[in-house]
Amino acid sequence: MDLSRVQAIVEKQAGRPGATLPILHDIQAELGYISDEAIAVVAEGLNLSRAEIFGVVTFYADFRREPVGKNLVQVCRGEACQAMGGRKLEEHACRSLGCEFHQTTADGSVSLEPVFCLGNCACSPAIRVGDEIYGRVDESQFDELMGELRGGR
Amino acid sequence: MGIRVYVPSDTTAASIGADRVARAIEAEAKRRNLSIDLVRNGSRGMFWLEPLVEVETSAGRVAYGPVTAKDVPELFEAGFLNGASHRLFHGVTSEIPWLKQQERLTFARVGLIDPLSLSEYEANGGLAGLRKAVSMPPEQIVAAVTESGLRGRGGAAFPAGIKWQTVLNAAGTQKYIVANADEGDSGTFADRMLMEGDPYCLIEGMVIAGLAVGATMGYIYLRSEYPRAWNTLNAAIERAREAQVLGPSVLGSGKKFELEVRLGAGAYICGEETALLESLEGKRGQVRAKPPLPAISGLFGCPTVVNNVITLASVPIILSCGAGFYKDYGMGRSRGTMTFQLAGNIRHGGLVEKAFGITLQQLLYDFGGGTISGRPIRAVQVGGPLGAYVPPKDFDLPLDYEAFTARGAMVGHGGVVVFDDSVNMMQMARFAMEFCAEESCGKCTPCRIGSIRGVEVLDRVAAGERPSENLELLESLCDTMQYGSLCAMGGMTPFPVLSALKHFPEDFGAS
Repeated sequence: MDLSRVQAIVEKQAGRPGATLPILHDIQAELGYISDEAIAVVAEGLNLSRAEIFGVVTFYADFRREPVGKNLVQVCRGEACQAMGGRKLEEHACRSLGCEFHQTTADGSVSLEPVFCLGNCACSPAIRVGDEIYGRVDESQFDELMGELRGGR
Repeated sequence: MGIRVYVPSDTTAASIGADRVARAIEAEAKRRNLSIDLVRNGSRGMFWLEPLVEVETSAGRVAYGPVTAKDVPELFEAGFLNGASHRLFHGVTSEIPWLKQQERLTFARVGLIDPLSLSEYEANGGLAGLRKAVSMPPEQIVAAVTESGLRGRGGAAFPAGIKWQTVLNAAGTQKYIVANADEGDSGTFADRMLMEGDPYCLIEGMVIAGLAVGATMGYIYLRSEYPRAWNTLNAAIERAREAQVLGPSVLGSGKKFELEVRLGAGAYICGEETALLESLEGKRGQVRAKPPLPAISGLFGCPTVVNNVITLASVPIILSCGAGFYKDYGMGRSRGTMTFQLAGNIRHGGLVEKAFGITLQQLLYDFGGGTISGRPIRAVQVGGPLGAYVPPKDFDLPLDYEAFTARGAMVGHGGVVVFDDSVNMMQMARFAMEFCAEESCGKCTPCRIGSIRGVEVLDRVAAGERPSENLELLESLCDTMQYGSLCAMGGMTPFPVLSALKHFPEDFGAS
């Protein structure tokens, strides 16, 4: 991991009140995950202990301590999605990608995560791919989307 | 200027193809050498008609929907730019009964205007409240909010005026306004729709709150699941600053108010106000013991107003039209309007803003049109994952904070998730426990451990292991969670669990 980038992000933001989350978001957006070395740099820059930053990183579902696949795919597990077949879609996602939640496909193209509500509850079930949200997703649309992400396979 | 065509940029509209429709309309207009003025508005909230395309005509704004990109050439051919009839035509948008029968006060502009146009915002009643507020003494602003009867729309329903008065009275050189935009409840999307469709309304409400209590800094704590709202809010704040709605001298009054959006990181508990404050301070989102109230010692230890997005966005109209105007809507101690959200298995899902007092029956059938699957409704969950499951025999309940509480349910943030008769209610009860286990902040034992034990107990019931004994144990466990937890997360998880058991015992193998 390019720690000079981490250093630059920390220096730019350290003066903001409550800077930890904005810094961690920026590191992850730029470098994909937050390594233990990055945690040490953030701790140093904010004059906090590594344990404190580690505690923050591990508390929030968004922050990752390891690199993920090329695409992050989140399947909504909220009640509104369940009311429209969300549980089946969850199973289908795992089965068709050949991985469980919190895992990455063997080819490294997709990391699969659960999410509790995308706020798309009148057009459920919903999934999120990167910053795009898709509604009324059925199995064939899911397969089509994944096909595009995985190079038409 | 060309003919004005509206295609929503709202997340839900986009999730079912609105962006593709917008691109297709632009391309087709270009191909035909027609001049159009394409506006990406918010959504009107009629999600079964999305993507809903509107055209400005001499007869008013007319609607076509649901439109797919494939329909676009055909719409041009039919003459939709002149409001021509077509199989997707719904006439004048504001005359569509679903919309016409609503009372849109807080959502007056959502879907109507270009979300980032301050001039359209002002032309449609925006900034009128703030213009009044800048010349009012703080006590008078707070009095107007108190008088209106406005209560917290996030779920707790605490009177907003009393909270504001506490912060106004609190000593401190620095005070804060925090908008709780961590709309984590499944089945809710009102905050998101407002932020995407009328962001200045939230900004105006926060500035008024700042003037009322003497706060000069505001934060919007936005969940990371809302990337479009993030972009819209940041763009709106920038423009509001340029127009002096924000900054060192709000509307030239000499009074300062600054505003910033902060992104959450995927933690449901951060919708709880003290966990939210911890998160804003850069810490783990763990709940604080109360007292002290955030109004006395909130963000960075300073007096802080924490209000939900809809609460704050209801303030401008209270100031501009008067507390009495707002208060005239509603029933009992639930005054004004509520932004209900119809979600899940519902034919006409979307946003219904109505005065308190409407019944679930009216919401589910008159507005919702029953299930989309065509099967009977078996249960609805009102108020998010911590809300009770309500069976059809209780659909006569008026949506009113007190009436719901009296029957062991809650209005919460107004989300209504509909399930048909294929739902297994023991599975939903188990999910409530699983969700709590997953999202508990871990600070108190009843919530952190109780929820895990709850999942285990329900698994034993499902496996047919001594069901009556285990259900008794479940009730005892729920009692511990309800009365022993630090906040509503553990304290209210028993509501969906016990309501499922009470109303649908047959799903638990009990009789």
